[in-house]
Amino acid sequence: MKQLAIILVLGILIYACSSGGKQSSENGSTNTETQQQPTDYDPNRGEGKFDHVDVGEKLDVQLAKDGKVVADLKCASCHKYTDERLVGPGWAGVTERHRPEWIMNFITNPDPMIDKDPKLLAQLEICLVRMPNQNLSDEDARKILEFMRENDGVK
Amino acid sequence: MKPKQYLLWMAAAAAVSISFSACRPKGAGSAVSGNAAQRTYVPPGQYDEFYNFVSGGFSGQMSVYGLPSGRLFRVIPVFSVDPEKAWGYSEETKPMLMTSHGFVPWDDLHHIESSFTDGMPDGKWMFANSNNTPRLARIDLTTYRTAEIIEIPNTGGNHCSPFTTENSEYVIAATRFSVPPDGPQGDVPISSYKQNFKGHISFVSVDKETGEFNIAFQLKTPGLNFDLSSAGKGVSNGWLFLSCYNSEQAHTLLEVNASQNDKDFILAINWKKAEEYFKAGKGTKQTNVRYAHNKYNEHTHSATHEIKTEVTVLDVADFEDLAYLIPCPKSPHGTDVNPTGEYIVGSGKLAALIPVFSFDKIQKAIAAGDFESERYDGIPVIKYESALHGEVEKPGLGPLHTEFDDKGNAYTSFFVSSEVVKWNVEKLEVLDRQPTYYSVGHLMVAGGNSKKPYGKYLVAYNKITKDRFLPTGPELCHAAQLFDISGDKMELLLDFPTIGEPHYAQAIPADVIKDRSLKIYDINANNHPFKANGEGDARVERDGNIVRVYMTTIRSHLTPDVIEGIQQGDEVYFHITNIEQDWDMPHGFAIKGAGNSELLIMPGETQTLKWVPDRVGIFPFYCTDFCSALHQEMSGYVRVSPKGSNVALTSYAGNK
Repeated sequence: MKQLAIILVLGILIYACSSGGKQSSENGSTNTETQQQPTDYDPNRGEGKFDHVDVGEKLDVQLAKDGKVVADLKCASCHKYTDERLVGPGWAGVTERHRPEWIMNFITNPDPMIDKDPKLLAQLEICLVRMPNQNLSDEDARKILEFMRENDGVK
Repeated sequence: MKPKQYLLWMAAAAAVSISFSACRPKGAGSAVSGNAAQRTYVPPGQYDEFYNFVSGGFSGQMSVYGLPSGRLFRVIPVFSVDPEKAWGYSEETKPMLMTSHGFVPWDDLHHIESSFTDGMPDGKWMFANSNNTPRLARIDLTTYRTAEIIEIPNTGGNHCSPFTTENSEYVIAATRFSVPPDGPQGDVPISSYKQNFKGHISFVSVDKETGEFNIAFQLKTPGLNFDLSSAGKGVSNGWLFLSCYNSEQAHTLLEVNASQNDKDFILAINWKKAEEYFKAGKGTKQTNVRYAHNKYNEHTHSATHEIKTEVTVLDVADFEDLAYLIPCPKSPHGTDVNPTGEYIVGSGKLAALIPVFSFDKIQKAIAAGDFESERYDGIPVIKYESALHGEVEKPGLGPLHTEFDDKGNAYTSFFVSSEVVKWNVEKLEVLDRQPTYYSVGHLMVAGGNSKKPYGKYLVAYNKITKDRFLPTGPELCHAAQLFDISGDKMELLLDFPTIGEPHYAQAIPADVIKDRSLKIYDINANNHPFKANGEGDARVERDGNIVRVYMTTIRSHLTPDVIEGIQQGDEVYFHITNIEQDWDMPHGFAIKGAGNSELLIMPGETQTLKWVPDRVGIFPFYCTDFCSALHQEMSGYVRVSPKGSNVALTSYAGNK
């Protein structure tokens, strides 16, 4: 138990060093405050270029149709459209669990979010595979979102 | 150990090592300046200043190093098969190594030259030549792959190649071994060399946008051996200078018989004039040639191979103002034009001096008809003194190649005396000399063949390494030696081993090309005829005894990963599409017993492995490139049944 505590303390110290390192070196010469900034990660929005995504009340049928074409090529090898997990979790209910901007940010900017998002970190422990960046354009991401909405029953 | 004792031991060790190196004149331990390590050290995660594209010689490949670190980044397969990258093994790349002689799995890649725009490397392509079965290659600097290979007809040993004109209008290929022109009339006694053997210089045009090669025309010359060439630039743009040996036109024991004449030649060609004559239809169409033209298409991810049967030839002796010979002492090797284009340096392998010719004087001599009384096989010979700017006296033994810096200096490699000599081009004065370890062949200054050399670094490519590295049996690596040439004296900084035999090389500032590098192939632009457009499109189809497997890869599974209904002796094609779209996420593929290589499939790419199962049983296949935490799980099985079996053709991944 004592050993574990030591390891833990060491771990915290190492973490503190690593996360503060970049900042202190940047500010080293100016000698201003080196206190670590509180994280500004917003787990509801995620991290990426989308602050707010307007989805209509009703489904854009054509957009959802196009979204399925992209998803079949780039996503379906790892995600089922049901609630069954394949490599990653099934898509059923995803638009109820996450805000539209979170989804668009995650599918266009997965790596930084997997490093920070508590839900994604928990998911990684289950799946063990980091979701690949599939180089989706903004338009493709929006199409996929619409298909996810259709998949969740939006008419 | 007590501190005092420790110090004593240290002092003793230092004394011993100093005395060792003192009595070794040119050993492995020769001193370099104190901070050489610092000047070549590129910290982890940081980039080198230059890309260094280096010929792989008899490996047939081209390598990419960083300077100043000497770190190897990539080996680009060009003229030889490479099972690591499936070059020449995948169905898509096999056509690239086709020639008029059929599939040729090996060649000897000699020289490398950048594509140029206004005399400066433009970072689009590297050109390379094969010496044995004469070909030219173009390497794309976005994909770092060989994009095109064209065979050169009427040629025997494509050594004098692939040097390009100031805007890469043409890549030059000229024969090292003169031979009778292609066709049935080539069946002649070898002793009839003087009557029947001819040289050919090919002008291969390069499309400015696509880079595509086309042999525009060939110049037929007397039976000389062309060794190296350099196109004019600046004031001499429009001209081409080629070194010729064997002016004796010997056909046997060349070592002696081609070393008789006091002087051989540099051949000066007015290529703009030749182009004019060609465009005016003055050439003759030769239709008994056969040469391969192979192209790799980035959208179908496949190569095509075709045989061409026509080339236009102009005989230089038929024109008064196309070609002139300049006497040059003793079997010249390198012919190098300085950055302004005014001076042409000839390096006679057996000469004790370096002649430097003046383009201005050559032009005046031509205008004044200042020629020797006798022509050489119909070509006027300019008087040596009339073309000469001057000679560098006693520079060293066995000069081979010359490169230039940005300060008016030249650097010449000396094979026999194993050194690099720095001299001033205008004044012809030797300024510095540094030993190389050992027997330097080619050398390269960063941008040293351009109009504005970058200077800073020189790399000597040595033929012999002996004791420089840990021994590895009788066969040792060749080596490169990096010198800092920014000061008055050249400073040796670093030794690094190379692949094959490094002939020529090019160095380009990283900033010029690093952002052009492609990261992925867009899966939507993939027009491969056997692409699986997503996992839903993955399937297996049979047509007679041909079975096509449309397979996808993504972290961490192959689809399908269960395949049944294959029969012994079937021709099975695994068409594998990597549906990843993330940088540096290739997947590999290999199957037990395949008489072939692995595949490495880049993101968005489709590649094909052919497999003919030779026995009944279960054959595992797997991803060969560690891709993810579940890479070991990325595998599957093929069931092979006897010929005529009634096992149904089925395939799936996950639940059936």
